[in-house]
Amino acid sequence: MAHIKLLNEDLPGISGLLTNNPHTAAPLLNLAETLLRGPSTLTSGERELIASYVSHLNDCHFCHTSHGAAAAAHLACDLSIIDDIKKNFVQTDISPKLRALLNIAAKVQKGGKHVLEADVEAARNEGATDEEIHDSVLIAAAFCMFNRYVDGLGTWAPKENEAYREMGEKMAFLGYNRPR
Amino acid sequence: MPHISLPGHLPGITGLLEFSQDTAAPIRELTQILLRGESSLTQGERELIATIVSHNNECRFCTSAHTAAADLLLGESETCEMVKHDLENAPVSDKMKALLTIAKMVQKSGKSVTPEAIAQAKAQGATDMEIHDTVLIAALFCLYNRYVDGLASVTPSEPSFYEYLGERIVNHGYTRLPQGYDHLKKS
Repeated sequence: MAHIKLLNEDLPGISGLLTNNPHTAAPLLNLAETLLRGPSTLTSGERELIASYVSHLNDCHFCHTSHGAAAAAHLACDLSIIDDIKKNFVQTDISPKLRALLNIAAKVQKGGKHVLEADVEAARNEGATDEEIHDSVLIAAAFCMFNRYVDGLGTWAPKENEAYREMGEKMAFLGYNRPR
Repeated sequence: MPHISLPGHLPGITGLLEFSQDTAAPIRELTQILLRGESSLTQGERELIATIVSHNNECRFCTSAHTAAADLLLGESETCEMVKHDLENAPVSDKMKALLTIAKMVQKSGKSVTPEAIAQAKAQGATDMEIHDTVLIAALFCLYNRYVDGLASVTPSEPSFYEYLGERIVNHGYTRLPQGYDHLKKS
């Protein structure tokens, strides 16, 4: 049970918090929509992978699995990618540029100062632009917020990957401002 | 030097928010609601939450800016100094001590927040809404601190810069200035 009383205790993860707090829900959802589905030279699938990876590093099961399922929906791949994210993408074929951006995201998860000039240089050498570096840092920073919101208030989360399939499809194809 | 090319006249967070205005809009709106919107916590109390999290994330820019805002709102600087360095003996209510303790836990991670800390806050009279807002403010500053330092935006060293910024935060809030920021360009 969550640390605070929610109107609908059945809604998992951030869903129950958003329903309870529509004023803060609107900008939170707009931020997710802009970062993950707005115009960008990174695909939505790549951006969801960054979100899921950072959530895994923050040990936030709900965000890791739901955004992993959204990535799977975008990339039209199996839900097993959710487990591969935990193994640092040994089985998923990701571009060297995305790998360099994921490295930056992992540094951001530890703390902003962990991002070194060499990390940024490595991403640039793989063709990353200022905008892509910016977006990777901000997605990682935003998920350090979302993850703390979800776990800091003790929300519950379904365990199995399969339970997130439909949620991931809605996140990917209907977006974050979909009617609820 | 910042990791990406940012407007030279806008150090800290402002240059980042101008670099990416599409993402800045919801971030600014969320901050305005949480720190300036209706709440049973005072604006000064909410700035203390922002400050303690920024301090523990070692983000010098955010710590200095929100310390300046808290000092202006509280009318003195001792409380914020004590909250950062000696919370146990800081001159704040027991409820605020309990909420600031939760904020410090959120800074470490979401899972660090213990049921005991929540129970303590409730025992000191904190409402569910106050606990919610404390957790979300603390989480939001984990975003800001990483955004500012993760892209190595410029952190001015002159105290006068933060006095000006503190005044802007207190008098204007967190929304984008209607005229933009071109007037800050040095001629």
